[in-house]
Amino acid sequence: MATLNVLIVDDEVGIRSGITRVLSNFAVDFPFLEEEFTFNLTECESGEEAIRIIESQPVDIVLLDNKLPGMDGIDVLEHINKKKYDCCVMMITSYASLDLAVQATQNGAYNFVPKPFTPAELKTSMENITKHLYLKRMTKNLTDDGKESRFRFLSILSHELKSPINAIEGYLITMQERQAGNNLDDYEVMLNRCIERIKGMRTLIMDLLDLTRLESGKKVRENTKVDLVEIARITKDTVSPLAIQKNVSVHIDSDADQIFLSADTEEIKIIFNNLISNAVKYNIDGGDVYCKIAQNNGLIKITVKDTGIGMTAEDLSKLFGDFVRIKNEKTRAITGSGLGLSITKKIVEESYGGAIHVTSVPDQGSTFTVELPVKASI
Amino acid sequence: MKKDMKTVNTKTILIADDDIDILNQLSAQIKSMGFGVITAETQKEAEKIIQEQKPDLAIFDLMMDNRDSGFILSYTLKKKYPDVPVIIATAVTSDTGIIFEADTPEQKSWIKADRYLEKGLRPEQLEKEIKQLLNV
Repeated sequence: MATLNVLIVDDEVGIRSGITRVLSNFAVDFPFLEEEFTFNLTECESGEEAIRIIESQPVDIVLLDNKLPGMDGIDVLEHINKKKYDCCVMMITSYASLDLAVQATQNGAYNFVPKPFTPAELKTSMENITKHLYLKRMTKNLTDDGKESRFRFLSILSHELKSPINAIEGYLITMQERQAGNNLDDYEVMLNRCIERIKGMRTLIMDLLDLTRLESGKKVRENTKVDLVEIARITKDTVSPLAIQKNVSVHIDSDADQIFLSADTEEIKIIFNNLISNAVKYNIDGGDVYCKIAQNNGLIKITVKDTGIGMTAEDLSKLFGDFVRIKNEKTRAITGSGLGLSITKKIVEESYGGAIHVTSVPDQGSTFTVELPVKASI
Repeated sequence: MKKDMKTVNTKTILIADDDIDILNQLSAQIKSMGFGVITAETQKEAEKIIQEQKPDLAIFDLMMDNRDSGFILSYTLKKKYPDVPVIIATAVTSDTGIIFEADTPEQKSWIKADRYLEKGLRPEQLEKEIKQLLNV
């Protein structure tokens, strides 16, 4: 059984006590509700008092008269909306002020009961508002649980998987039908784009594998003593073909020759690989990447700084989401799955209780900082 | 035939798709039909173009910067130029299994696009749809 807190705001004592009498022995029960709802009633006679109560104690439902001595019901409603309190408002009004009631509904009141009302009418209204409140909170829970975001993820994923196939198919049909004529050279660009899209798709699949491994939790994480400096060097070698192609130099620097963390090697590789390969990819011709690993007071700090194209504040705010790719004139030729940083963030935060930050200046470069507590591998 | 081409030549089609390859392919196809083409790679870019000039027809990808960019663009365009026909190109059916069509006038008024076409449409079909919408 659950109890909802109801605040009755009316300057007429008769109305208040009438409502209290009707609702104090009343319970709402629906087949689809997991529990029965009863009401805990509080009365007050002015808008000012109502706001004080809403601000100081939990209120689920407000039964609000519009004509009050001081501030009007509409003003109270506006205040509740502005502060986004998680409660439902039902206006109590007389028929004469139907216009007001309509305005109230438009302002976010759930409903209104016209005065005078019978106990049965009040009960019906309370049933409806309870149902509404319950569903509203359930939906919120669902969203919080990530079911909604899971669906979003899958639908975007299928879109991301299908896009390269569509693009490649389009080019192949163009070539098959010789739509650009019979000169083979004219198809060179299309062939290159096909190869590029296939590469992109491979990256996406690899990133997805990383992600499912992380999320399934089935994979046994093997914590060993991992030398972060060594992993950084290995990563530098891994990205060197790309770095040579882009004419970017990667520099590794560390406080000590070896810096150890009890961690899963694969996960640490993913972190370094994502940060360093991004720093190379989003760099300029002849640019540099500085990776520094430092240890201080039980905290390991990995900094990856590039001299690349940088990002705007708006870009930064979206950066760590799934499938987020910053699209502009400077990034159009760069492929990526849009998952790398989201994966990196997940590992850093969920597996190591660490934090990742980024600062960036457009056309000057970005700096990613990862902080890992030395003993906090979860 | 000659007369037909002349009408086609003066018409400009705005295409917005965040997939540069699809954009290139569509743009090449439509150019080869004889139309003028303006392209946009993002919703923002398309919005800017809409503010600056009036195309004769627009083809919008549904999912771009936002999942419903196509709708937003088509709303923006129709508000400014109610007479410009809009095609929304989408892979939504094959992505989600949801059949996505506007049948009744009410649905059409709500989503404000004149045609919904699945991506990967044959150029001849696309040409037919465009010419029908433009009455050429």
